[in-house]
Amino acid sequence: MPPTFDKGPADDSSAGSGPAAAISKAPGPVPIKAIPVRHYGRWISAVLVIAILALLVNAFANANIHWETTRQYLFKDVILDGVWHTLYISVLSMLLGVVLGVILAIMRLSGNPVTGSVAWLYIWLFRGTPVYVQLIMWYNLALIFPTFNIGIYSEPMNTFMTPFLAALLGLGLNEAAYMAEIVRAGIQSVDEGQTEASHALGMSQAKTMRRVILPQAMRVIIPPTGNEFINMLKTSSLASVVTFPELMRSVQNVYTNNLAIMEMLFVACFWYLVMTSVFSVGQYYLERHYAKGRLRALPPTPFQRVRQLVFSLRRPEVARS
Amino acid sequence: MTTGTHPMVLAEGVHKSFGLNQVLQGIDLQVNAREVFCLIGPSGSGKSTFLRCINHLEKINAGRLWVDGHLVGYRQKGDKLYEFKDSEVAMQRRDIGMVFQRFNLFPHMTALGNVMEAPVQVKRETRSVARERAMRLLDRVGLAEKANAYPAQLSGGQQQRVAIARALAMEPKLMLFDEPTSALDPELVGEVLDVMRGLAEDGMTMIVVTHEMGFAREVGDALVFMDGGVVVESGHPREVLTNPQHDRTKAFLSKVL
Ligand SMILES: Nc1ncnc2c1ncn2[C@@H]1O[C@H](COP(=O)(O)OP(=O)(O)OP(=O)(O)O)[C@@H](O)[C@H]1O
Ligand SMILES: [Mg+2]
Repeated sequence: MPPTFDKGPADDSSAGSGPAAAISKAPGPVPIKAIPVRHYGRWISAVLVIAILALLVNAFANANIHWETTRQYLFKDVILDGVWHTLYISVLSMLLGVVLGVILAIMRLSGNPVTGSVAWLYIWLFRGTPVYVQLIMWYNLALIFPTFNIGIYSEPMNTFMTPFLAALLGLGLNEAAYMAEIVRAGIQSVDEGQTEASHALGMSQAKTMRRVILPQAMRVIIPPTGNEFINMLKTSSLASVVTFPELMRSVQNVYTNNLAIMEMLFVACFWYLVMTSVFSVGQYYLERHYAKGRLRALPPTPFQRVRQLVFSLRRPEVARS
Repeated sequence: MTTGTHPMVLAEGVHKSFGLNQVLQGIDLQVNAREVFCLIGPSGSGKSTFLRCINHLEKINAGRLWVDGHLVGYRQKGDKLYEFKDSEVAMQRRDIGMVFQRFNLFPHMTALGNVMEAPVQVKRETRSVARERAMRLLDRVGLAEKANAYPAQLSGGQQQRVAIARALAMEPKLMLFDEPTSALDPELVGEVLDVMRGLAEDGMTMIVVTHEMGFAREVGDALVFMDGGVVVESGHPREVLTNPQHDRTKAFLSKVL
């Protein structure tokens, strides 16, 4: 059937019906009444997804899992203690990684060939070897250096290199190599005019870096750093190899006794998911903070979004327009 | 601070090259205190480069450059030159304000924060003293009510006025302007030129790279036409602009006027 259109207002006026007719037509343009496009693909994929989900739920429900054990251990002290250790080794290693990473990045960008190559060598070495290997090497440092000796202080390496220190050095020094590259990219993203303006005001190199460059580089540095931290929360499980009692180690200790391996690994997964989820939300707020000045209006927080939604539901005429 | 009979800026045979590109090939000029000194010339003639040499953002390769009687970037002992340390260069720049074509405001600070930054960080002024002066300066450039706005929330003309206030906050004895209105929409040029006119009336020594011949004619005390890294012609703006002597000046002016 060929499509038919209503006569537009232009046709009417050309018919010479005069101003009175125009006034009677005042209530606005003719609204479009069209049949919307049908998204058959969406329906098919939704059915497929639901079917697969049902299969999975069924499989897990009938699997040989003792969910009761998982539930029992979820909030046991041994597990919570592991969560706590995971959190603080991750935070401290990340801190070490960020501080050292900033220093390495500045060394690389300094234009000083000596510090530049030192930083390059560091990054090459620590990025090029597995963190798992590095952890074990720190832990076994006593094999090649029996005593820790810095002149004024000395101690047998065996007692000096605690699981905590081995974990911190292994995770933190490795992280620094990655952070150095992230920070370098951030610093280089800041317009050169900023450095010039700062220097022209009489600010020193160091002041310029601290007050002008780094705060702006943050906008570029924060998102990948957040990812690094979320990675760190998970990578810290490798510290179990140096007997540091983080979450994975705690879980392993439990399942070597009760043999509920999968049940205990579910416990671990639960807590890793909780931690990574919480920090993802934190990252959102941090990014929002450093967007200050870049955007004319900050995006709403999730909380504000919910409020807007509720508000608009209460005033339907606003929601529809 | 020294005041005397010496010129505010004195350049003798200033050379500057980037690799094989000879940008400045012997600039001689003199800017007196309280003077508005205009610098014009075609694109690539080295105007910005010369301006940047004055506050040592670029190192000159040959010649001598003095600001307020002091060598820029070096200390002379006998016939030997000693390069300034980073901190000494910074010290020298305090007294020279610079305004850029693209404003270069600090985007993560408010207008007020931009103006307060250098006095607090460099001169170690207390925040209350710095804030008071910053508000006075923002008021002077007509932006007191925008004190808490971020640069992204300001128009180009407003940003440039904040940038001028920021430079003035260090109470410089010399202001360098590098095409301060070139990045602005035509209707915003006037508000920035008005601020600069006010500065000139207050006796600020200013070196202005500009394409605003009207401003140069009205406000300028001296004008230099640069081309190919040398000063081609100089004199009083009205003379040079209405009655240029050199062919290159004539050709340039016929294009821009
Ligand atoms: N940092 C730099 N490195 C290499 N070359 C440069 C640098 N800065 C400027 N130049 C070169 O120096 C020459 C003069 O540049 P300058 O910016 O001083 O010109 P200008 O007179 O200010 O021109 P415009 O009117 O376009 O601003 C140009 O050929 C430019 O390519
Ligand atoms: Mg220029």
